Amino acid sequence: MSKVAIIGGGIIGVATAYELAKLGEEVILFEKNYFGSGSTFRCATGIRAQFTDEANIRLMKYAVERWEKLEEELGFDINFRQTGYLFLATSEEEVEAFKNNIRLQNKFGVPTRLIDMDEAKEIVPILNTEPFLAGAWNPKDGKANPFKTLFAYLFRAKELGVDAREHTEVVGFEREGDVITAVKFRSNGKVESVKVDAVLNAANAWAPLINEMAGLKRDLVPITAYKHQLVKTEPLERGQAEPLVCPPSWNDAYIIQDGEDGGIICGVGIEHRAKSLDDYEPTYDFLRGVLRYATMIAPPLRYAHIVRQWAGFYAKTPDKNPAIGKLLDNFYIAAGFSGHGFMMAPAVAQAMAELIAKGRSKVPLDWDWYDPYRFERGELRSSAFQIG
Amino acid sequence: MSGKVIICRCNDVTVEEIEALIDEGVTDIEEIKRLLRVGMGPCQGRTCMPLVIAILARKTGKKPDEIPLPRARVPIRPVRVEVLVGGDDE
Repeated sequence: MSKVAIIGGGIIGVATAYELAKLGEEVILFEKNYFGSGSTFRCATGIRAQFTDEANIRLMKYAVERWEKLEEELGFDINFRQTGYLFLATSEEEVEAFKNNIRLQNKFGVPTRLIDMDEAKEIVPILNTEPFLAGAWNPKDGKANPFKTLFAYLFRAKELGVDAREHTEVVGFEREGDVITAVKFRSNGKVESVKVDAVLNAANAWAPLINEMAGLKRDLVPITAYKHQLVKTEPLERGQAEPLVCPPSWNDAYIIQDGEDGGIICGVGIEHRAKSLDDYEPTYDFLRGVLRYATMIAPPLRYAHIVRQWAGFYAKTPDKNPAIGKLLDNFYIAAGFSGHGFMMAPAVAQAMAELIAKGRSKVPLDWDWYDPYRFERGELRSSAFQIG
Repeated sequence: MSGKVIICRCNDVTVEEIEALIDEGVTDIEEIKRLLRVGMGPCQGRTCMPLVIAILARKTGKKPDEIPLPRARVPIRPVRVEVLVGGDDE
């Protein structure tokens, strides 16, 4: 048994803590704020295998299979529901692109298909079908409650002996050669240190700071925090817009009905580089922009009320693919999820735990694709399909 | 006390639910808010948050002013979408 420190109490850190504990490892998990306080608790809840490259499709195909069994495994209601993702095309060129993506997804067992607007209207009754030519529909995509999912993992992790500490900030490491030997952390104003055998940097937007503490270049894994904002309406009757609905050519605008209370969550790709890693301030231009698109997708939304707006971070890498792998002999990273951390978590956490505990994993995760050293080598991947 | 005591009127959350969660070790107000959806309804916590803070203070032995309010979300009162979208389209 070895002792593993995980830095970052978001879904990736918490789920990996659980998976490592399941494999019999001793885990200490550090979160400098409250659990989920970074990106996880601000996400739009969506889970999809409709990507446009093999690595992300295969990883998400596997992740969805884990999601399907997660509620039973964790013994906690996480409200995972396969309500689908519906992408909408506004031009013939886009329909052709959809067909190519669908062929690739089908090749790896993701059952996406092209549908006409009559079928789209049956799936999303409030949809304005007039601007769209066709839809890419995968009924196996879905959504889950990020709050409950994180705590489902956390409660089970604690039962398995994980020492989970929130409001505890990691402030440095002790390193001998390419081995991290101890983690220094501050809790209630006091700095303490713990000997460790391995460390996982799961700090997402904050990951470059952790890399720097480990003696690596801050931009070895370049991650920039962009504000991703969301707006939510009052609860509407169930079934109005259950799938995530997105016309990518409309600035990646999307709507999705919240699985918990039925409010419609609306997002759009208006990017604001965060001023700092505390900058969660929502902006008025986003509110106006997102609602213009949302009411074009679903005109009845004009008559709903907005109850809240919030901002989180898309911790973006230059190719929008996460950095997953080993940085030093016993120092690992899973960060820079560019908006896909929640949906990928069940697969990435298992893969990372198996890598740390056994040196290899049976999860279909393409380690070369997500290699954290690719940026330094100037080898960017094709950009992961990101919404918003 | 007999019967259910509702703390959050928007989402029907009871004092028992809040206390049970604190007993499970969830003592951060941002976490309690999200797991039980207290303060996430149309009133934005104006009614329930002082009560949640009082329960949390009593259960954890902290002073109420040591417990920060959860982050406020705009708009403070629900706003109809068409008011915000205005005459920009059509």
